[in-house]
Amino acid sequence: MSASFDAVVVGAGPAGSAAALVLARGGRRVALLERGPFPGSKNMYGGVVYGRVLDQLIPGWWDEIPVQRWVTRRATMVLTDTQALTIDFRTERWGEAPYNGCTTLRPEFDSWLADRAVAAGAVLITSTTATSLRRDPNGRVSGVTTDRPDGEIEAPIVIACDGVNSFLAKEAGLYHHPEPEHFTLGAKEVLALPREVINERFGLTGDQGADYEILGGTGAVPGGAFLYTNAESVAVGVVLQLPALGRSGRRPEQYIADVKSHPAIAPLVAGGELKEYSAHLIPEGGYDAMPGLTADGLLIAGDAAGLCLAAGIWLEGVNFAIGSGAAAGDAALEALAAGDTTAAGLAGYRRRLEASFVLKDHKKLRRAPGLVLSPRMQQMYPAVICDMIEAMFTVDNPAAKPGARRLMRQQLKARKVKLRHVASDAWAAVRTFG
Amino acid sequence: MTKSRASLPEVAFEDRMALVEFRVAPTPHIVVDGDQCRGCTTRECVTACPANLFVPTSDGGILFNYEDCFECGTCYMICNTKGAITWNYPEGGHGVVFRKS
Repeated sequence: MSASFDAVVVGAGPAGSAAALVLARGGRRVALLERGPFPGSKNMYGGVVYGRVLDQLIPGWWDEIPVQRWVTRRATMVLTDTQALTIDFRTERWGEAPYNGCTTLRPEFDSWLADRAVAAGAVLITSTTATSLRRDPNGRVSGVTTDRPDGEIEAPIVIACDGVNSFLAKEAGLYHHPEPEHFTLGAKEVLALPREVINERFGLTGDQGADYEILGGTGAVPGGAFLYTNAESVAVGVVLQLPALGRSGRRPEQYIADVKSHPAIAPLVAGGELKEYSAHLIPEGGYDAMPGLTADGLLIAGDAAGLCLAAGIWLEGVNFAIGSGAAAGDAALEALAAGDTTAAGLAGYRRRLEASFVLKDHKKLRRAPGLVLSPRMQQMYPAVICDMIEAMFTVDNPAAKPGARRLMRQQLKARKVKLRHVASDAWAAVRTFG
Repeated sequence: MTKSRASLPEVAFEDRMALVEFRVAPTPHIVVDGDQCRGCTTRECVTACPANLFVPTSDGGILFNYEDCFECGTCYMICNTKGAITWNYPEGGHGVVFRKS
């Protein structure tokens, strides 16, 4: 199988397929390696593909992608053990072209995007694991070794889209020291329910879908939860910060069971038959935890580059993978045309990312991971907010209605929260999200 | 969360894992050094592995099975004992195959 290409892309997830698509369209010979038997077979996610990033890449994408449902209802829930506060937004606009986001099954979505790269001329090689980087006599990356017999692939550019564990980025020394607290475990159940039942429970019609992002609900472990609708199943899962999960003494499936049995969630998932249980790591460290993105002959994109946006009210990854993969493809085309595939020749990659949402969003939200995963944000504030709202709406006659300020003071005092902490968190939130 | 609240009737763990397709590779992609594990008291891997592949033994070691692995990487990331867990991807075409994720 020893072969040579203009570029080899490792991993046929959304980042890799976007990169291969761009390179193939640019007339370059590109190999797209996938260690699974088909693209998407190793992948899982927390629910929504936001398609705007595809507008340039695949115009009219919404007519051909393997969609489960178009998300028209987007809710953010704050949970305590016995309470739930939900901000529930819906719009008919997201249910029609050009759409906003959809739910999909990753094996189907990833296979579709890889097929687009293949149609453009990329060579997809499945069931093949890249085991190490090859280097030329100058020490520059010059291809990969795979686990196929005689499986060396020579290429002046390697684009590593080999996922959150990226052994290639680590081998290249781009990850200095990945800290476990920058990673969360996502664990998910897919529960079969009839389409009509889903529509009735979630207030949807036709192929409209719902996506719930949940803050709180994971006890002492920083993280969160999610719930979204497929065509004929609902998916419910948790996101758990690694070191805290390990210390907690409770297992991932127990946290899923907690969320499923919460009074606000239980009626939505009741009677669903478990179809698949899955798990995957999520790089949540954000901008400040990102590895280096470029080396001589090497670019890294997608989860491999830590490009998941986990900022509490936003949880996005597939769009960042596609955006970074396409930028890597463009930068590789530029470097090949100029005949300079060193890190300097590939500098267009970072420049493109900085000019696009990929690094703009991450830079703007660089404080979000620390803020969102802090104990106050995870446990204290959900309880304070829910108790305040409960007190606001509890009619306590003959007592008169309490003022909001007094309620807030009482809550903070009862929980020994210092006003200066609230003020500093509020300021951090304004700086982060404002 | 509330411990008093009755959890939903849960699927037995082996039934849960039986729903997932695994194309088991002939050689293990994860190697656990049981000698290193004997000194470990925290055993984060036992708690955190979503596939529940790490089982403590009565003699203080860890019994490990690679066959039903999601290939997530949690175990080696969370392990505090240097060198106890050696982790790689399984050979191409093998390992977990998600269908509905």
